[in-house]
Amino acid sequence: MEKELFEQLEDILELAPGTVTLSDTFRDYENWDSMANLSVIAMLDDSFGVHIASQDFKNLITVGDLIEEIKKRTA
Amino acid sequence: MNPLFGLAEKKILVTGASSGIGRAVADMLAGQGATVMITARNEERLQTVLQSLPNDGHHYFCADLTVDEEVKKLAAEMPVLDGIILNAGMVKTVPVQFVKREDLDYMFNLMLHSSILLVQQLLKNKKLKPGASVCFISSVASQKITIGNAIYSAAKGALNSFTKSLALELAPKQIRVNAILPGMVQTAILNSGVVSDEQLQIHLKNYPLGRFGQPQDIAGLTVYLMADVSQWMTGSLIVLDGGYTLK
Repeated sequence: MEKELFEQLEDILELAPGTVTLSDTFRDYENWDSMANLSVIAMLDDSFGVHIASQDFKNLITVGDLIEEIKKRTA
Repeated sequence: MNPLFGLAEKKILVTGASSGIGRAVADMLAGQGATVMITARNEERLQTVLQSLPNDGHHYFCADLTVDEEVKKLAAEMPVLDGIILNAGMVKTVPVQFVKREDLDYMFNLMLHSSILLVQQLLKNKKLKPGASVCFISSVASQKITIGNAIYSAAKGALNSFTKSLALELAPKQIRVNAILPGMVQTAILNSGVVSDEQLQIHLKNYPLGRFGQPQDIAGLTVYLMADVSQWMTGSLIVLDGGYTLK
C-alpha cells in the first residue's frame, strides 16, 4: 500500500519516481497547490476507498500521516 | 402593499425544500401569502419544515426526483400551480482526472435531468397555469470557474441554457422561466467540513459585501420572480452574489 501511495503522489505532483519518503511534509513539495490538494483527496478516495473531508485532511502533515489515515479508515 | 408584489392565492411548488435555500424559499413565499407545496426525499425533515411554515394550507410530498416514477407521481398529485422553484442540488468537488461516470450521472441526474423531467411532467399534466412562473436555482459557478467544480459548473451551465430554451417555448402560454445564479450561500453543505474553515475564510475575501449569502437572500428574489410584478421577465439569468463576480 505504501508503494502505491508513493507512486500516486509522484504521479500527481510530477515528482521523479522513488523520491517520496514517509517523513516528507507533502505540502512542501514544489508542485503543491490547491489543485494538488484536491487531487490527493480524490486519489485517496479513488485508489484506497478513503473519503476524507477537507476539514480533516488539513490535519494530516506527512506522507506517513496519509498512510496511518488509510490504515485507520480501512481497518 | 401593491398587490403586484403579493403572493396571495398563489400555489407554488418548491423542490429540495427540506433544508438550506429551498427551506428558506418555502418559508418566505408562505410568509408573503403563498400556499406552498414542498418536496424533498427526507419525510421527517419535510414534516418539520411544514410545521414551521407561516400560515396554513401548505402540503408536503416526499419524492426522490432522480426516480422517474416518483417525478410522475409528484406531478400527478400537484394542484394547478402558479409557480415552481427548482432547487434540488448537491456539491461534489473533484478534479476532472478523478471524475467517475457514476458521479457524473448522479450530479447531472439530480441537478439537470430531474428538473427538466419534472417541468415536462407538470406541463403534460397541465399543472402550470397560463402566466405561471418557473424559477431554477442555478449558480455563479456556471460563469465563474473554480478548480475542482467542473462537473457542477457544467451541469449548472446546461441548466442556464435549458432555462432560456424553456422560456422561449413557454412564452406563448405566458409562462415565464428564469434562473437565479447565487454565489456561495451559507448552508449545511458548507458547514459539513467538505470545505475547511481556512479555505472558506480565503474564499470570503472574494466577496466585496464582506459575507457569503444567507438562504434568505436567495428567497427574497424568488418572491419577486413568483409575484405578478415580474410578469415581463423571462429567460433571464440573474446573478445574486454579494459582488463576487465583480472581481
